[in-house]
Amino acid sequence: MPTESAPAPAQPRATALPMASASARLRHYGRSVGAVLWKDLSAELRSKELISAMLVFALLVILIFNFALELDRTGRENVAAGILWVTTAFTGTLGLNRSLAQEKDRGSLDGLLLAPVDRSALYFGKALGNLLFILTIQVIMLPVFTVLFDVNMVQPMLLLVVVLGAVGYSAVGTLLASLAVHSRSRDVMLPILLFPVALPVLVSAVRATGGVLTAAAWDQIYPWLNLLLVYDVIFVAMAFMVFDFVVEE
Amino acid sequence: MIQTRSLRKSFGLRPVLRGVDLEVAPGECLALVGPNGAGKTTLLRILATLTKPTAGLVRVAGLPLPAAAGEVRRRLGVVAHHTLLYSDLTADENLQFYAHMYALIGAGPRIVAVLEQVGLAARRHDLVRTFSRGMQQRLAIARALLHDPEVLMFDEPYTGLDPQAADMLDQVLVAARQGGRTTLLTTHDLTRALALADRVAILARGIIVFSAACRGLDPRGFGETYAAAVASVGAFNPTGALPSPERTLRS
Amino acid sequence: MEKPSRALQTLNVVAAILMLAAIGLVFFYAPEELVMGQVQRIFYFHVSSAWVGFLAFFVTVVAGVLYLRSGKMLWDRVGSASVEVGLLFSISAGVAGAIWARPIWNTWWTWDPRLTTYTIMALIYIAYLMLRQGIEDPDRRARFAAVYGIVGFISVPITYMSIRWWRTIHPVVIGVASADAKGQFAMTSPMLVTFLFSLFAFTVLYFCFLFNRLRLSRLEERVEQLKAELAAA
Repeated sequence: MPTESAPAPAQPRATALPMASASARLRHYGRSVGAVLWKDLSAELRSKELISAMLVFALLVILIFNFALELDRTGRENVAAGILWVTTAFTGTLGLNRSLAQEKDRGSLDGLLLAPVDRSALYFGKALGNLLFILTIQVIMLPVFTVLFDVNMVQPMLLLVVVLGAVGYSAVGTLLASLAVHSRSRDVMLPILLFPVALPVLVSAVRATGGVLTAAAWDQIYPWLNLLLVYDVIFVAMAFMVFDFVVEE
Repeated sequence: MIQTRSLRKSFGLRPVLRGVDLEVAPGECLALVGPNGAGKTTLLRILATLTKPTAGLVRVAGLPLPAAAGEVRRRLGVVAHHTLLYSDLTADENLQFYAHMYALIGAGPRIVAVLEQVGLAARRHDLVRTFSRGMQQRLAIARALLHDPEVLMFDEPYTGLDPQAADMLDQVLVAARQGGRTTLLTTHDLTRALALADRVAILARGIIVFSAACRGLDPRGFGETYAAAVASVGAFNPTGALPSPERTLRS
Repeated sequence: MEKPSRALQTLNVVAAILMLAAIGLVFFYAPEELVMGQVQRIFYFHVSSAWVGFLAFFVTVVAGVLYLRSGKMLWDRVGSASVEVGLLFSISAGVAGAIWARPIWNTWWTWDPRLTTYTIMALIYIAYLMLRQGIEDPDRRARFAAVYGIVGFISVPITYMSIRWWRTIHPVVIGVASADAKGQFAMTSPMLVTFLFSLFAFTVLYFCFLFNRLRLSRLEERVEQLKAELAAA
């Protein structure tokens, strides 16, 4: 049975940022996004659960493609471009699913929702985390491709394509994963929801990658980069507007 | 302070809360008890701004919900069913994370202080996955206290704790109440509820069937009172009409 | 069981009459096309069905937005009914298109932009329905469906643009023809009349199906309610 405890010593209080000014709110927003991102990265760095699973999966997919497709000298660059992005698509869904499923299953989603911060900050934090995971896998894959397929994938221009594509994919993927995670058969639901909608990213990324690898003229590559950028902007903006409805009950 | 009037919540066609009237005065501690499925967790989630009510009035910390949900969250500390902790991070890192989320600056000393308050100062840099259930629960309370909230809510905090851990939790709860915080606590443990709280209310089948101050109640006889109150709403009425007044017990 | 309302019964009759008239026009009024022959007549049904597919998707998105803003379950029912009807018309459009394509292009299917985008749109429809099926809580189901409908809808034009920058062999009847387009034909005046009338008849048919489906939804809900009451008693 609890007894009367002695009066507690004066507790140090942490000052809360006053939310009166818009700049203070903005700073809090930014710090929250950073906090969610940092939390996901730290947890992942410790357990390495997600990255290792994604990496092994990616390598296996590449292996399967190697046996399934004939890579003769001509057209090898375009096929390699295709394989890169198909692998990204599949590995990406793995990462997206697990990242959000963890939050939901451990119930820590409520912890995020209890915080006095705009819901979209949670989205951005998560999406940035997912983006970094996907980019990490892709950056590791580029030299692997170079070695296995005898195609030089370690080029700066290619990195630009990879980043633009990954941004689009994570933006839409994070949004749709937060839908999928609440439904039955959640593992298969995300690809079903995501692939038809993310198709422009894959198409543009494959074309742009192919263009870079075959050293095509700039005006052949440029439209695809443009489309990727347009897609990225549109879907990030849309996720920002719509995310509230996904998490608020 | 917490206040609800004619609060209703339905999930599709299924009514869960059917007109809840609740009042917790500033600085008071209310224990909410009731059988499984009564709607305690749903009620707590509504008060904690995690779910919106279907109908009725809700005020927490003097602000209306769901309109002022953002503001209410700053003044609210919740210890939920799940621990809301990240097992791959240390206790300190967990609290740092939440300090950022609650817009606290200079949170270092505050973190040390709340850890001391729950008796976990020594485990500050240990991974949460190495904590026992009782320790995780205490850390969860530290998390809830971090931003010095006016209102505290606990959803069945004693679940899964051995008697020693439960006793330690009692002490932590009493200490947490100091400073004039309003507290709401749901639990199955009737004895502890009566010992800890100022008032007790019984929620059954989505309505409050009993409400009284703890001081005047006999802990030994309360078990019967509880059983009778719960039985009074036994027959499930799908139209959501309240049972007639003479069949509910009110103090 | 409640009978369909007067208005709905009238709509059913009107739709039936219009469809019969449209069929009559297609087979007896419109002239036979010079190059393609009789099989060209399927064009009227094919394009009309495809148009209804787009319309249905648009209605779903608007209903989704309205649901998110108002919280009224009616809009969720409209969105869901529209997807079902739209999927029906989309598949018919696809089948009709294949029947038309075989004698003309000598292939059942081709991956040209319009066709591919249309297929993707149908896949988004199906994904929408599967998402709905996987969520039990009605409020969450409605919210998620609305969100996905909006996301899907916005993606379709971008998908079209991305695929269009490849070759096309889909006949461009209205608008500027691309250099590679085959199977084009010019429309004479009776053809135009038949075409516009078909479009109109199919649109009315869409609304007819939609409102019937909505009525079915209401009845389904009533059954659920009765079941809940019975189970509790």
